[in-house]
Amino acid sequence: MQLESMYQDIILDHYRHPHHRGLRQPYDAEVHHVNPLCGDEVTVRVSLKEVGGEATVADVSYEALGCSISQASASMMTDLVIGKSVSDAMAVSQGFLELMQSKGAGEPDEDLLEDAVAFTGVSRFPARIKCALLGWMAWKDATARALQEASS
Amino acid sequence: MTFDVARIRKDFPILDRQIRGGQPLIYLDSANTSQKPRQVLDAMTEFYERHNANIHRASHQLGEEATEAYEGARIKVGEFIGAWDETEVVFTKNVSEAINLVAYSMSNASAVGRGSGKGSTAAGPGRFSLGPGDEIVITEMEHHSNIVPWQLLCQRTGATLRWFGVTPDGRLDTSGIGDLITGRTKLVSLVHQSNVLGTINPVRAVADAAHAAGALVLVDAAQSVPHMAVDVTELGADFLGFTGHKICGPTGIGVLWGRRELLDEMPPFLGGGEMIESVWMDRSTFAAPPHKFEAGTMPIAQAVGLGAAIDYITEVGLDAIRAHELQLIEHALGVLGEVEGLRILGPTEAVDRGSAFSFEVAGVHPHDVSQVLDDLGIAVRAGHHCAWPLHRAFGVRASTRASFYLYNTSEEVDALADGIRQAQRFFADA
Repeated sequence: MQLESMYQDIILDHYRHPHHRGLRQPYDAEVHHVNPLCGDEVTVRVSLKEVGGEATVADVSYEALGCSISQASASMMTDLVIGKSVSDAMAVSQGFLELMQSKGAGEPDEDLLEDAVAFTGVSRFPARIKCALLGWMAWKDATARALQEASS
Repeated sequence: MTFDVARIRKDFPILDRQIRGGQPLIYLDSANTSQKPRQVLDAMTEFYERHNANIHRASHQLGEEATEAYEGARIKVGEFIGAWDETEVVFTKNVSEAINLVAYSMSNASAVGRGSGKGSTAAGPGRFSLGPGDEIVITEMEHHSNIVPWQLLCQRTGATLRWFGVTPDGRLDTSGIGDLITGRTKLVSLVHQSNVLGTINPVRAVADAAHAAGALVLVDAAQSVPHMAVDVTELGADFLGFTGHKICGPTGIGVLWGRRELLDEMPPFLGGGEMIESVWMDRSTFAAPPHKFEAGTMPIAQAVGLGAAIDYITEVGLDAIRAHELQLIEHALGVLGEVEGLRILGPTEAVDRGSAFSFEVAGVHPHDVSQVLDDLGIAVRAGHHCAWPLHRAFGVRASTRASFYLYNTSEEVDALADGIRQAQRFFADA
């Protein structure tokens, strides 16, 4: 079954036992994103702090309703961004976006993407790319708003 | 009447395909789009190979042949749905455009300062003119194409949008009909057969109430015309829309049927060539219906394809198709009913029900269900099927939908049930 190439164990694991799930306080910005194709939705809250003069991701909390791919991806996203500087986290986000656009041909940087390299198989299924990106897009949006709030 | 599904399947070349590395295609997504028989493909190829020219304006033999092919298709459509004559049949690109045509014609009628000439009308009181205090009534089970155009129309004109609800077993909730359809109602627009629930609505009863209140009735027949005999007079419709690609015809061709006296009165929607009578720099006069509503070069080959599809479906027989589907519906209700954790949205009896089955599988998201089914060669649809408010009304985020047509078999229904069970096993907690 080609299914196994998409639904790798690590993805199913994050789906069944999502990390950092729940909506927590305090937070600097909250966004609500929806995939209009299937009704998947995610609410993401981002909390930033300054470490050594740089904006850093202190916490990402979320509630999400959707398919295994969107849930697992949101869970992995929180693992990958929490604790990083915003600019480092954005680099991970960009790397993941490129992987998802690679049509299965991507050779992802495991140092950068860690567990998220498991999504390489997903990138071969165009219908699931938005699912995988939903949480990431929401995090980027929330972070941008949090930064805007901080600077205003 | 024997319905030989094996023979019918041979007419559809795509049903030979293999999917995902060697699985035979099990196509259960006809509510999304239907597959095409060789006869329709050949008719379109033949048109391009032998008769292609522009219509109406060409002064040569090919132009005559192309015009005859196009207008011949129009006549076929008119006969197919029981129109008074073919001048009541307007070709569009799809049913969404057909519905928008009525909505935009109404707002054009509502705007100030209309032009003169055949087929246009001055603004002001009139059954197409809308303003604050006027109401459009739809239902909560509509496809977005029968919701959004009316929202936009109400925004443009200040009219109010209201709607029928849906009962928990997927039927139209007509309990408040006396309150919903009143002297303020200008138009009631409703679906004949739901693309999600399969529900066949009591259109005639609603139409009678609408007419008694002085309102017009538009019927979205996209999912009914392909699957059962539809007569516009029996339905009590003033307008009816359907689309070619769901009745074994090509994409790019739809139909708006409207009563001639209404089409005569309505202002145009799209302006351009062919829909005019005379043109000066500062004004134009317009052609009579149906051409008043067909601007520019229309999808000619596609109309020919639709005509061929109607010929094909008529030859198989709509009553035979409906009987075959009823067998599949009963079988599906049985085998899907036996799958634990599966909840069908919509009627669970084979009465006033078409062949769309939308369902939830406990613990497995529709996207994941459809992925497993796809891996088995089974094509279904996952999401809200362009009926988001309906899903909200059912408290459901998304569903999986299987839909059947004349070329499907009971074995395929069994494969669907097996596939769902496989998805349940795959996603069961370790």
